[in-house]
Amino acid sequence: MEIFEFTNSSVFISGLTVFVLACFIGYYVVWSVTPALHSPLMSVTNAISSVIIVGALYAAGPLDNNIAKIFGLIAVVLASVNIFGGFIVTYRMLSMFKKKTKNK
Amino acid sequence: MSSDLTLILYLISAVLFIFSLRGLSHPESSRRGNIYGIAGMALAVITTLSTKIVINYFEISIAIIIGGSIGTLIALRIKMTALPQLVAAFHSLVGLAAVFVAAAAFYRPEAFGIGNFGDIHRSSLVEMSIGLFIGAVTFSGSVLAFCKLQGLVSGNPVTFKFQHALNGLLLLVILILILFFVANEIESYFWIIVIISILFGILVVIPIGGADMPVVISMLNSYSGWAACGIGFTLSNNLLIITGALVGSSGAILSYIMSKGMNRSIISVILGGFGGEQSQTQSEKDSDKTFRQGNAEDAAYILKNSESVIIVPGYGMAVAQAQHALREMCDILKREKIKVRYAIHPVAGRMPGHMNVLLAEANVSYDEVLELEEINPDFPMTEVSFVIGANDVTNPSAKSDKSSPIYGMPILDVERSGTVLFVKRSLATGYSGVDNDLFYRNNTTMLFGDAKKMCEDIVKSLDNI
Repeated sequence: MEIFEFTNSSVFISGLTVFVLACFIGYYVVWSVTPALHSPLMSVTNAISSVIIVGALYAAGPLDNNIAKIFGLIAVVLASVNIFGGFIVTYRMLSMFKKKTKNK
Repeated sequence: MSSDLTLILYLISAVLFIFSLRGLSHPESSRRGNIYGIAGMALAVITTLSTKIVINYFEISIAIIIGGSIGTLIALRIKMTALPQLVAAFHSLVGLAAVFVAAAAFYRPEAFGIGNFGDIHRSSLVEMSIGLFIGAVTFSGSVLAFCKLQGLVSGNPVTFKFQHALNGLLLLVILILILFFVANEIESYFWIIVIISILFGILVVIPIGGADMPVVISMLNSYSGWAACGIGFTLSNNLLIITGALVGSSGAILSYIMSKGMNRSIISVILGGFGGEQSQTQSEKDSDKTFRQGNAEDAAYILKNSESVIIVPGYGMAVAQAQHALREMCDILKREKIKVRYAIHPVAGRMPGHMNVLLAEANVSYDEVLELEEINPDFPMTEVSFVIGANDVTNPSAKSDKSSPIYGMPILDVERSGTVLFVKRSLATGYSGVDNDLFYRNNTTMLFGDAKKMCEDIVKSLDNI
């Protein structure tokens, strides 16, 4: 009862394998994050989810003029805002989390 | 660069991202974690730029410079109290970027090796539609969350008749459209899916408001990850799949922790409609109750004659920007050899961990800031609890009153301490709309006023004693 024939099903299955295993890694790694750092966790995950820029770069890569290139370039701009903004704001937050010396 | 080498470098980049999250397990290792994240991202971008397909360096550099400068400028200027809005805004960008990448893949599939325009592999079309749908929902949902947090629209939940039916219907429409899109690959369907998904994203977030905002932000955080995942599947790119899964599960766990902090199921949060105007009648009914009111001098006297104090901050502290004045007050107390600690409820503030960041900003050492489970047993041995800007998270009726909407929510046991000093602007209810029984207890003294001004006045009085 196949609705769609997966012409490259092995590619999909290997992607799915990677996906499921990555979810487990994410699960265990994130539970080890201390609750005090949940805000930096959000901003850093936000920054790294902009790795979608990789897809945008492939689209913006060729030299010809094509609507896909415009879309790619827009996505590059959006993802760059996020990458720079996300990592810098995380840096700002984390640099405040310090153990203070006594009598300060 | 050979494609095998590219894939290996992507794998290294993914591992760096895992290390980045791992670093956040402790404040001391967290800064290194951020560096790993930056390194992973730099590696991913440079690797992609070195592939044979990507040669349009001039325009790409301009795009990165424009985006990078905007991001840098915003990140350097943003106030820590406005962090939730900022994160929501950033989530919307990831969603929108996902939509554009999906569009680019649709119009030029050959660049991604998924077929030719008008003849894309069916499986890729399925993955593309899913990435597109999640991306568009993330985008519009985050924009609305941003507007709610920024106060551009009312933060109260908006509910109307047949809301869930409408959402269900829209979801069904999107599903049917995706089926048609995959079968026929018609351009206009692509954009109709985008528009309806955007509408759906707004409708998903609109019924959620007030105290549920931390869950909304975490959920959108999760969606932005799944959107990256969807694009990763479309492009058969493991780096995107791994990173998306990491982010997606991170957001999902945070949503779970936040919902648990309010003793609500994620489902009931998503269905929305909690808080806001309801239960007003209850507070009118109780208006004849008596409470004790004090001023800054009374508070200073009580604080100075105690041995240990627990500070309970909430969102009100952030609104009043009172964290610096508060820390100044605590510094004076510490000089008097009074033990000062801070108690943070999981859902204090408008995003997970918000209070910890604000206290860190005010130079409070992180080892004085404790979580609910760590500090609750210490309240009975504490002379003074100083509640500033928090409300619902201290309400004892969550433990006793089965009819209360917040019944069962874990709360900070401030009522067990000797004296409760409660800084608040008025007797108004918190976000849950529930009257706080704590105001009328014998050991509670209400300090009416702006949180920041009150702390400054207490500092002055402490100096005069």
